[in-house]
Parts: sequence; structure tokens; C-alpha cells
Amino acid sequence: SFDPETPTDRRVLVLLDDFSLKSSHSIFFNSLKSRGFDLEFKLADDPTLSLRRYGQYLYDALILFSPSTERFGGSLDLTAVLDFVDSGHDLIIAVDASASDLIKNIATECGVDFDEDSSAMVIDHKSYAISGTEGDHTLIASDDFIQSDVILGKTKIKAPVIFKGIAHSVNAANNLVLKVLSASPSAYSANPTSELSSPPLLTGSAISLVSVVQARNNARIMITGSLDLFSNRLLRTAVQKAGSPDKYEKSGNEQFVTEISKWVFHERGHLKAVNLKHHKVGETDEPAIYRIKDDLKFSVEIYEWSGESWEPYVADDVQVQFYMMSPYVLKDGWILYLQHTLPV
Amino acid sequence: MAAPEASSAAVPTLMTNNTLRNAFGGVLSFFILLLIGVLAFSIRLFSVIKYESVIHEFDPYFNYRVTQFLTKNGIYEFWNWFDDRTWYPLGRVIGGTVYPGLTLTAGTIWWLLNSLNIPLSVETVCVFTAPIFSAFASWATYLLTKEVKGAGAGLTAAVLLAMVPSYISRSVAGSYDNEAVAIFALIFTFYLYIKTLNTGSLFYATLNSIAYFYMVCSWGGYTFIINLIPMHVLLCIVTGRYSSRLYIAYAPLVVLGTLLAALVPVVGFNAVMTSEHFASFLVFIIIHVVALVYYIKGILSPKMFKVAVTLVISAGLAVCCAVIAVLIALVASSPTKGWSGRSLSLLDPTYASKYIPIIASVSEHQPPTWPSYFMDINVLAFLVPAGIIACFLPLSDASSFVVLYIATSVYFSGVMVRLMLVLAPAACITSGIALSQAFDVFTRSIKFQLPGLSSNTEVDAGETSSATKEAQNDAVKTEKAEETSKDRPSRKSKKKEREHVEKPSTKTKAEKKRLLALPLEASVISLLLLVFLGAFYVVHCVWAAAEAYSAPSIVLTSHSHDGLHVFDDFREAYAWLRHNTDVDDKVASWWDYGYQTTAMANRTVIVDNNTWNNTHIATVGTAMSSPEKAAWEIFHSLDVKYILVVFGGLVGYPSDDINKFLWMVRIGGGVFPHIKEPDYLRDGQYRIDSQATPTMLNCLMYKLSYYRFVETDGKGFDRVRRTEIGKKYFKLTHFEEVFTTHHWMVRIYKLKPQKNRIRGKTKKSKSKTSSTSSSKRSGTRKKNPWH
Repeated sequence: SFDPETPTDRRVLVLLDDFSLKSSHSIFFNSLKSRGFDLEFKLADDPTLSLRRYGQYLYDALILFSPSTERFGGSLDLTAVLDFVDSGHDLIIAVDASASDLIKNIATECGVDFDEDSSAMVIDHKSYAISGTEGDHTLIASDDFIQSDVILGKTKIKAPVIFKGIAHSVNAANNLVLKVLSASPSAYSANPTSELSSPPLLTGSAISLVSVVQARNNARIMITGSLDLFSNRLLRTAVQKAGSPDKYEKSGNEQFVTEISKWVFHERGHLKAVNLKHHKVGETDEPAIYRIKDDLKFSVEIYEWSGESWEPYVADDVQVQFYMMSPYVLKDGWILYLQHTLPV
Repeated sequence: MAAPEASSAAVPTLMTNNTLRNAFGGVLSFFILLLIGVLAFSIRLFSVIKYESVIHEFDPYFNYRVTQFLTKNGIYEFWNWFDDRTWYPLGRVIGGTVYPGLTLTAGTIWWLLNSLNIPLSVETVCVFTAPIFSAFASWATYLLTKEVKGAGAGLTAAVLLAMVPSYISRSVAGSYDNEAVAIFALIFTFYLYIKTLNTGSLFYATLNSIAYFYMVCSWGGYTFIINLIPMHVLLCIVTGRYSSRLYIAYAPLVVLGTLLAALVPVVGFNAVMTSEHFASFLVFIIIHVVALVYYIKGILSPKMFKVAVTLVISAGLAVCCAVIAVLIALVASSPTKGWSGRSLSLLDPTYASKYIPIIASVSEHQPPTWPSYFMDINVLAFLVPAGIIACFLPLSDASSFVVLYIATSVYFSGVMVRLMLVLAPAACITSGIALSQAFDVFTRSIKFQLPGLSSNTEVDAGETSSATKEAQNDAVKTEKAEETSKDRPSRKSKKKEREHVEKPSTKTKAEKKRLLALPLEASVISLLLLVFLGAFYVVHCVWAAAEAYSAPSIVLTSHSHDGLHVFDDFREAYAWLRHNTDVDDKVASWWDYGYQTTAMANRTVIVDNNTWNNTHIATVGTAMSSPEKAAWEIFHSLDVKYILVVFGGLVGYPSDDINKFLWMVRIGGGVFPHIKEPDYLRDGQYRIDSQATPTMLNCLMYKLSYYRFVETDGKGFDRVRRTEIGKKYFKLTHFEEVFTTHHWMVRIYKLKPQKNRIRGKTKKSKSKTSSTSSSKRSGTRKKNPWH
């Protein structure tokens, strides 16, 4: 797990079906390397595969770019991957139409359900990316991003992201998982080569293209149904969304995968609160108990990890809630005094 | 003491031999009282001898904890005490919501002993407070009854009270509850009222207010006093017994008493605001009107008086109507008509069961059964009517008070078992009067029938008390007759007059006695029967004290063919909590165990026996009646970490949580309507066997009680419900068992932490291919590794 002082991941294990992926997705990998990550590539069925040795984890994060693996090599299995996450490590899963049950099960355990129909892909006859093959509407151009500076960075992604792969859905009641990139209302999940015999199970914006999960122990997971999303080909391609006059020289994929990987690997959006102090006005010692109509002074220092150092966290939506006053009347959840400190 | 006083009055006229006899009687009654005190104290020690010196039951643990706080932090901290270890997350202001009388009393005793270098622990002082005060209570009974019917009746009543089972049940050593001191305060306040009524002394009236203040400090039952005394005053006025003594006895009590009562934080402005107190103010107004009328009657001629009456009545009626209208409007504006729930259920016995399940759920708030009368006051039940008759022969102000007291307390005891305690002193007083009068009649008859004895009458020392009492009684009677005619003669002249009337009355008494004499045989046999009756009472009381009421209820014992079994599971569980959980962990249980958990385990609880917040209790009740997941969410939102359930199915302990469960459902359903009682009943029957409803079998209480129960005997036979349980094999998903006591009586569960990840909903149909290596993580995979 990450070091509380420098939470960014360092050692990353990348599992591949085929070493050719190393070159076909090199832009993404190189961007990680240039940010200081130490990538270790292995085949998913490598018999020496192991995440931990002598009770210590060898890696800080795991990238599963091995959609068709039915069984991992070495000591790695579903449980090992989930234990890895449950001990606070990060995970990126990308699959394609050939996704195996094993990978799908890992995703399910994390709260993401891939379409059960193994031949289905996301099809959208309205917001597809115009490409050479006429009538192929499985190449989706989506710009339905989550509105979050924390996950996708401050710079707006202008060009649509191109997606080609399978659909997944998330449970709305699950508050740990977020849809980062959703499909348009006209999308549906079905086999593109055969005729549609029954109505598709997954349709419209219920389909998520890219989702992220933050576990309660702060482990971060990104799951997507498209391995091609990270590929050099889609990163470099020009894009024009069907029905839209805008044409972009380059798709939004590069910016998208870079920013989201920053979030997943704790380069952004990681806070810590220190130096929590509270006392009655005019006193300095913390009392054992506050009573009604006491005036109190409360201060806490909140920092955000910028990737290299702790920066003061500046926001206008920090709340303080006092508990054990009256749970039935929550009228005292106000910020009384908030202190921002200067950079250390 | 009455005997010496009576003798001093008789000194100049009667023989010196008589003086000696009276002095001897005084000494004798002093020693008898001392012995009564010893009896009252020692009969309550069975619990210490048979078990150990511990605090009993539920409420006493709270009082004990408060006393500990008081002795450690002092009185000012005590008044300001906000307890954050209970009613989480609300907390409770202890200083303003307890009746502090008991705590302050025990705290004072402890402080006194310690400053005398007698290093007793707070617990020891608390354990023995109740027996000490029951000795005081029997002396107070002596004083009260002596004021009513003389020293003989007083001694008899004191003996009866010292060992009346009803009172023993609330005052055995270790039963450190408000009632322990409150009964003494109740009787003593009544005594001072009667004393003031008999003497007309303002000194006693002031003492009376102070005694009333102590009663208000001690127990919510003080409203009984503040309603009974006005009732008696009203009775006196209506029956034409108004006198200035009555005014002295009543008016200062209302004014001073109300002021003092308002000083107690828990009462505060309730002393003038709630309907329980209105009767006293109403009577206060009436007595002033009556006093004014008597005064005006005294200074006006009869004709003028008539004119004045018509004038006042026409004007007064108008004012009265206005005042009453305002009062009614005020009272009606409050939803409960200004009455508290407990008081309302006294007036209307069905009120609680209809509207307030939380009051109805307490077993001591149920109406008593007939056997419980026999159990609790035994032969007194038969003697009471005789005593009431004796009170009417002749009827004085004091004896009419006793009649009123017994009549009201019989009613109240019929409403709530708990108020049997108020009946007990009244029953003892009337029975004491009855027994003493009966002995009087029979022994006198025997004396007159036996020729040898009749010559030297009244030498027999054993009869001193009855004789002096008789004399005094006559004196009081004549005194009263005179006093009603003449208004308030001075104390000294009264004494002289009494001496005058003494002589003729003793003469006529001798005549009367001869006429009243019964046949010798009948007297002897009746006397014997009475002695047998008394002996039977003593045997019953000792049995009740030793067997029925000595169990501390936190330690249980049972006798079986292979000897004595001790069940110390409660303390085992509380000790486990104290040693194995974090100081700030919150423990949820049904409210019965709240006080014990805070006092013995020192952990924060959600609800406790001070049932002041119905919603909070209903929340816990709802959680207990919900399925696991919903219950987990409720408990989690309350920061609960551990859940404690009491389960008697293994050893046959009947007052466990499964038997209380319907109350949880009712109380929970009263606030959260999605909990419906019929869901838990099969055809109106509460059952936990295979016929039970699915709701019942899936609720948290069932699961926590019977989790792994089948492992004990292979069948899951519940010894309390005498049936096999309905659902035997099940797993808990949101809770884990952390501790179960030796006899399974207390089971403690821990809430599992929130899941790190939340699973997706896809059911894995073909898990075989991929998860050969998977282990027990999720519910679906766990199912069957061997299929």
C-alpha cells in the first residue's frame, strides 16, 4: 500500500496476454514511465507470477491488460488480486470482447458488472466516430464525462474519447463506484454481427464505458470495457463524431487516460487532515465535553498530495459536523473556523 | 414518646405505683422499638448472607453509579453532570433528571463514615442503605400509629411493617433504589402531618414541610402525598371538622412544601405547572375561604352573617366560574391534559396499554394478581377491614386520615404492582390498630373474668401499653370534644383540663369495661388464634425475605438433583466487555440492560432504563425486529460496535430477550410503522418453532439469540419456550459472535465492518471454470466447493 507520507504508487506490474501490446500501447506506458513509475511487464500466464513475497507486496499497483486470460500463472488468482486491492493497492482493468470469466469476476467483485453476453459490444448508431468502415458503429465517440476536476484534471477534455469494447453497468445504490465515461442515450449492448432477436439488456446511459471505484481503504480501481482505449492507434487518430461538424486532429483519449491514471495512482485527489484542534473561545485546552451555547474554536489543516509534495487544499465545500448534539435536528453542521495554512 | 408524656399528665392524681408502671412501660417500649429496628435491619440481610454484598437488579446500578460520581466529584459537579455514556448520541443530563434524595443520603452516610475514619466502600454503604432506612421506617410507623391510636397499636404496626414482604421486596440489602428511603419519608411526612393536626404546632408544620421536601427529593411518588393530604383536608372540611389545627397543618405545608419542591431540579416548575399538583392548590383556596367564613361568622351577628353570605356567594360564584374556565382552558391546551403518562395510567388503568407500550411493557407497571396480595401483605389483608372499623370507633381527624390512606392506596395498588409498596404501610397501620384493639378487648375480658386478677387490676406489666394507650385515647377524645367547641385554648390550660376530665373518665371506664367483657373461653381461644395468625405472618415473612426476595437477579441460582447451580453470566459478560472492548465503544442492547452495562462494563449504551426518549428506544426495537441488513444499517448509523442479547433458552431463564421481543416489536412499530406486530405472530400466537412466520425467523433478535444454538444439543430445544426452534442452521452475514457466556445467557456480537468493496449484482452461473482456486470471499462462491 502507499506510504502515508508519499502516497503515489511507484512499482507497477502490468500483465499482458501478449508482449505485442507493449508496443501497440506504448504511448500510455511511456507516459507512466515518464511520470516516474517503474513498470514491470509480464505475461498473464507467467508461472513465476507473484504479487507478494514474505508477506510484503512487491508492487504498488496492478494493470490487467490481459482480457482473455482464463487463469493466471504462478500464485496469482482472483483472491490474490482482491486481497491486493483490499490491502490498499490500485488496479486498472481493461478488457475487450474476448473478456474471460476470471477478469469479469474481478470486475464484479469491485462492483462493476460486464454484459453477460460474451459476444455483445457497445453499439451506437448516433454518436459513433466516423471512420473508414461504413456501417461499423461499434467505434463510439463519447464526451459524456463525469464533472470532476479531481478525477479528470482541471483542463477540460475537448475532443471526444473513442471507445471500442464491451459495456458494463454499475449499481446505482453502490456509492463507491462512479461512472467516469457514460454512453449516450442511443447506445445499446448487442452482438454487432448478428441480427437483434430480443431487446438488449443494457441500453442508453445505463451503459458505462469507463468506471472508477474508490474502496473504503482508499484503494483506487479503474475498469473499462475497451483495451483499445489505451492503444496508440486510438490515441493518435483523428476523430469526428457523427452528426457533429467538429473535427479533431487527435482524439481525447490521451488526455483522458493520462488524467485518469493520475487519479488512480494517487497523483491527484489525495487529502490528509492534520493538526485537528478545538477548544472553547478564550481557552487553549481541549475540554472533555462541550455543552449547549458554548462558543468554540475549531481548526484543522487539510493538504492535498500533488504528486511530489503536500499542497494546501483550497476548497469552499469543507464542512464540520458536530455529533452527539442531536442526531434528529442537524442544525449545527456549520464551519465555525477554518484555517488554511501556507505551503510547507 | 407517648407513654412518659401520658404519665406526666397523670402524676398528681394517680398513685405513685402507676407512675412507676408508666415509666417502666416507657422503657419497655423503647427497647421493643430498638428490637424492631434490629429486626427490620437483620431480616433484610438474607441476600448478603445467601449471595454476596452486591447491588441488585437494574435501577440500583444506576443509583450506585450516580453515588460513585457524587462521592468522587462532589455535589456541584453532580448537579452539572451531563452523562455522555448513555443515550448515545443524545446523552443525558443526570443532575436535572434524577431524584437526588437517595444518592445524597448514601453519599452523606459515606462521607460521614469516612470522616469518622471508618473506611467503607461506596458499594457497601449503598448495599446497606435500604435496611437502615427500613428500621427508620418502622419507627416512623410507630410514631404515626401512636398519634392515631396510641402506643400499643404503634408498636404492633411497627413490628408488622418491619417485616411486611411487600416492603422487604424493595428494601433488601443491595436493593439500592429510591423506594428504600422514600417509604420512610412517606410515613414520616404523614406522621408529622398527623402530629401537627393533633397539636396545632407550627413547629411540627415546618418539620412536615421539610420531611415533604425530603420525600420530593427521593421519589416521584411524592405526588401521592400532595394529593392525599388535600383530600383529607377536604374531607375534614366537608364533614365539619374544620379547626385552626387543620389550617396550621395544611397551609404551611402547601406554601413551604411547594417552594421547597421547586428547588429539586427534576421537579422544578412542575410543582406549580402540572395537574398532579392542582388539587393541593384548589384545597388551599378552599381552606382559606372556609377559614374566612368561620372568622366572619365569629365577628358578625347571625343576621348580618346571612346577608354577607348571600353577597359573597353571588360575587364569589362569578369569580370562581372565571377562574375555573381559565384553568380548564389551560389544562385542555396540553395534549395529555397536563398529566404525565404514569399518572394517567393510574387514573385510567387501561391508558398505558392503549397508548404507551413503553410503560405497559414494564412488569412492575402491570396490575397485580390476587396471589400477589397474599404474597405481599399476607394476613394483613384480613386484618385491614377490622382495622378500618377500629378507626371509626371513634373517628378522629387522625383515624379518618388512616382510613383515607388505606382506601386510596388499595385502589392504586390495584392498578400497578409497584404501588403495592404504598399499600403496605397503610395495611400495617390498620392491621396494627386492629390487632392491638383485639388484644385489648380479649385481655381485658380475661382480666375481668378471672376473680383473682380482677382485684388488683392493671398491675400486670405486660398490659401497660394498652392501658396507657386507652387512657391517652380517652384524653385525646375529650380534648377534641372540648376543642371543637372552644376555639383554641392555650396549651397549658388544656393540660389542666385534661387532668380534670381524667378522674371521671377512669371511673366510668370501669363501668363500661364490665359491660364489654366477653366470656373467658371465647377470649382465650380468640387470643390463641390471634397469636397463631401472628406467628403465621412471621413465618411467611421470614420465608419471603429468605427465599422470594433475596435474589439479586444478576446472580441466579437453581437447585437441581445434583446440587446448587450458580449462574453468574451477567457479570461474566459485563466483565468481558470491560476488558476486551475499547473505552469509547458503543454497546446496544434492549433498554433493560442499559444501566448495568454503563455501571458494570463502563461502556456507552444507546438506551437505558430511564426511558425518557421513546423514539430512541423504538429505534433499537426496530433494529432488533428487522432483518440483518436493515438492522446493521440502523446500528451502524448509531455508531454501535457491539450488541448484547440475553438468551435463556439453554438454561431456562424466562426473562430473556425472546420473551420480551413482542414489546420491542410493539414499541418499534409505534414509531416506525413498517414494523407490524401481526408479521411476527402466527394466527395471533407468538412462537419461535417451525410454525413461526418468516419475518420472525429472519429478524435480528431471533438470529442473535439462536445463532449456533443447534450445536448445543443437536436439536435446538429451547427450554424456556419448551419447543424446538424453527430455523436451526443459518449464518450471520453482518454480525459476528465475539462472546457467549458459560450458560449462554448473555451473547455479545460485533458488527462486521463495512465492506471494503461493494460487489456487483451479477450472479455467477458458471463459476467452475474460473474460480477453482477461489476461496470463501463472497456469498455465492462460499456455497458449495464440493459439488
